[in-house]
Amino acid sequence: MKQLIILSGKGGTGKTIITAAFAHLASQGRYANQVILADADVDAANLELILQPRLLEEQDFKGGQLAVIDQETCSSCGDCQAVCRFDAINYNNSQYMIDPIACDGCAACVYQCPTESITMHEQLVGKFYVSESRYGPLYHANLFPGQDNSGKLVTLVKQRARLQALDDNRQLVLVDGPPGIGCPVISTTSGADLALMVAEPTVAGVQDMRRVLQTVQHFGVRAMVCINKADIYPAGADEIELYCNEFGIEIVGRIPFDLTVATAMVAGEAVTAFRPEAPSSVAIAAVWAQVIQSLMEIKG
Amino acid sequence: MKLAISISGNTLDSPFDARFGRASAFCIVDTETGEWQAFDNPAISAAGGAGVQAAQFIASQGAKAVVSGAFGPNAYDTLAAADIEMYIAPGNQAHSATEILEMFKAGKLTQVEAATHKGYHGENR
Amino acid sequence: MRIVVASGKGGTGKTTVATSLALIASEQESVRLMDCDVEAPNARLFLNPSLDSHKEVGLLIPQVDENLCSYCAKCAQVCQFHAIAVIGKKILIFPELCHGCGSCTLVCPERAISEHLNVLGVLESGSAVHGIEFAQGMMKIGEPMAVPIIRELKKWAPVVLPTIEIRDAPPGASCPVVETIRGADFALLVTEPTPFGLHDLKKVVAIARELGIPAGVVINRDGIGDNAVEKYCIENNLPILMRIPMERRIAEAIASGKLLVEAAPEYHKAFQNMFETITTEVKI
Repeated sequence: MKQLIILSGKGGTGKTIITAAFAHLASQGRYANQVILADADVDAANLELILQPRLLEEQDFKGGQLAVIDQETCSSCGDCQAVCRFDAINYNNSQYMIDPIACDGCAACVYQCPTESITMHEQLVGKFYVSESRYGPLYHANLFPGQDNSGKLVTLVKQRARLQALDDNRQLVLVDGPPGIGCPVISTTSGADLALMVAEPTVAGVQDMRRVLQTVQHFGVRAMVCINKADIYPAGADEIELYCNEFGIEIVGRIPFDLTVATAMVAGEAVTAFRPEAPSSVAIAAVWAQVIQSLMEIKG
Repeated sequence: MKLAISISGNTLDSPFDARFGRASAFCIVDTETGEWQAFDNPAISAAGGAGVQAAQFIASQGAKAVVSGAFGPNAYDTLAAADIEMYIAPGNQAHSATEILEMFKAGKLTQVEAATHKGYHGENR
Repeated sequence: MRIVVASGKGGTGKTTVATSLALIASEQESVRLMDCDVEAPNARLFLNPSLDSHKEVGLLIPQVDENLCSYCAKCAQVCQFHAIAVIGKKILIFPELCHGCGSCTLVCPERAISEHLNVLGVLESGSAVHGIEFAQGMMKIGEPMAVPIIRELKKWAPVVLPTIEIRDAPPGASCPVVETIRGADFALLVTEPTPFGLHDLKKVVAIARELGIPAGVVINRDGIGDNAVEKYCIENNLPILMRIPMERRIAEAIASGKLLVEAAPEYHKAFQNMFETITTEVKI
């Protein structure tokens, strides 16, 4: 069983579009019924918008905790506010109150309160889902707006996907990753066999690609790069090639800018299923062929 | 001596759980007398640092060795600080904790000298 | 006045809009642009600041003086994140789990814990084109937490405060976005007219509503998808402050690092109108 993750650094380079296309392409060939899908972008989970899966299981996801002050026993000494490093305690209308958005859940105030008036309450911060899609089981989640704990939810999504793949003896776990390089990306990277970077040849895209490549290498995961919207700025594409050659990172294809992608998204289909002869579909299919071959050659 | 085995269930016959930090439960078994007790894993819903918390729990039970599927760097450091030996068993073959115990006694499990993976970084913010 | 430019979905054009808005605003007021996308900051590529000020930032993490420590493990008991563990006579600290809350330091009965800065990133600032004051945060590779850096960036204000502060937010709708939006006077949400754009926009709108911050929308790459975003905005009283139709030449210009209003000067008026609308809205 191998795990492929799709990352980018910069947002909007086409990770989800490519993941959906890969899921479709895998279902057409020798990897039919061999794939488990996971959407690790729990913050803004979009893969389900293309796959439109049928929900099988839904679970509450509890994250950190929030502090609550019992006004009955509070003596308004203000010690809590003095120790809070997150500006989460305010004095309004003669009461000390905790701002639930700012509260970090550290409980420092709990242990400093002389009247023991503060308690911590576990929070519901999101939902975890298991669904069935036309291209295979989909593990996904939704982190409620403004929450943290995304790393833990990503870990849950991937662990469950991985467990089913092992149970069912499937060959591939395909993970749609989040943007950025922080904790949700780090959690996505854990346990991956190969990371495909979807790079955008814009000045911003090239810069962010470098940072996410460094992140992935920091955690010891092998990476490959494909250049999406490659013809938008050829100089940018060249820069990506130069960087990758210098650091021995394989470039597995260039996908042209193609508005069919947006049309397919609106139609709720993978672009390769929607219009297989579209320039982007053809290019994505070539990238898939390379990536899956490299992935299956990895030992272990 | 006391051996801890990560399990999903609550008996010595329960299936082996390859996860450590977020294992469903632990079975603590005396390798000489065969006495055992199963505990729910207190770290299972930890926001972060599950490996640390699970390791602390194992240490507090007086276990001298633990068998799981993998140990992340924080779990490893904490268990090592407690001088608890770590062993791994393959996670994708169906074993019960009883079988794991037999494999341990027969010296068939691999002892690990370093964290087996880079950690799940379930922590956030 | 503080304007935050956010989106939900990545790649919709936050930096494109934020940098051009800064340029237009700077024609009338003093402006500071803060790039709060500390994981992948890009605004400087378009504004070319000379970054002459640097500050290392991070979290204060504990350090235990074992000469004073009695191994009571109270620190480990109070730590909600398992960042400090006491095993027998060994103290283990896990910096990447620490939130820098100071709780362990406060509860230690022997006063054996002191704190030192765990550097997570760097803040940089300087002057950019057209007199725009520029500041950004950049997180170190391999660090998980962006929020502490964004927090420090917000506090790192120049002696003379500019009239207008524009914050370029990270993508998504989780805690780094909330931290960026918190304290702003207006949320300018840049979206694209597609299912992904709409889905993620809703999440950021929810954040703005919860924080009680007025919001407006820019529809970028107008024409590529459908009109669901437009309908949503109308149904939810979100003013559509600008539309930027999909144009390949604009995409190519931005790809090469040009500002939108410089590559397409015909947008100058639209940005001015939008800026005035926002200013009026905030003043009410």
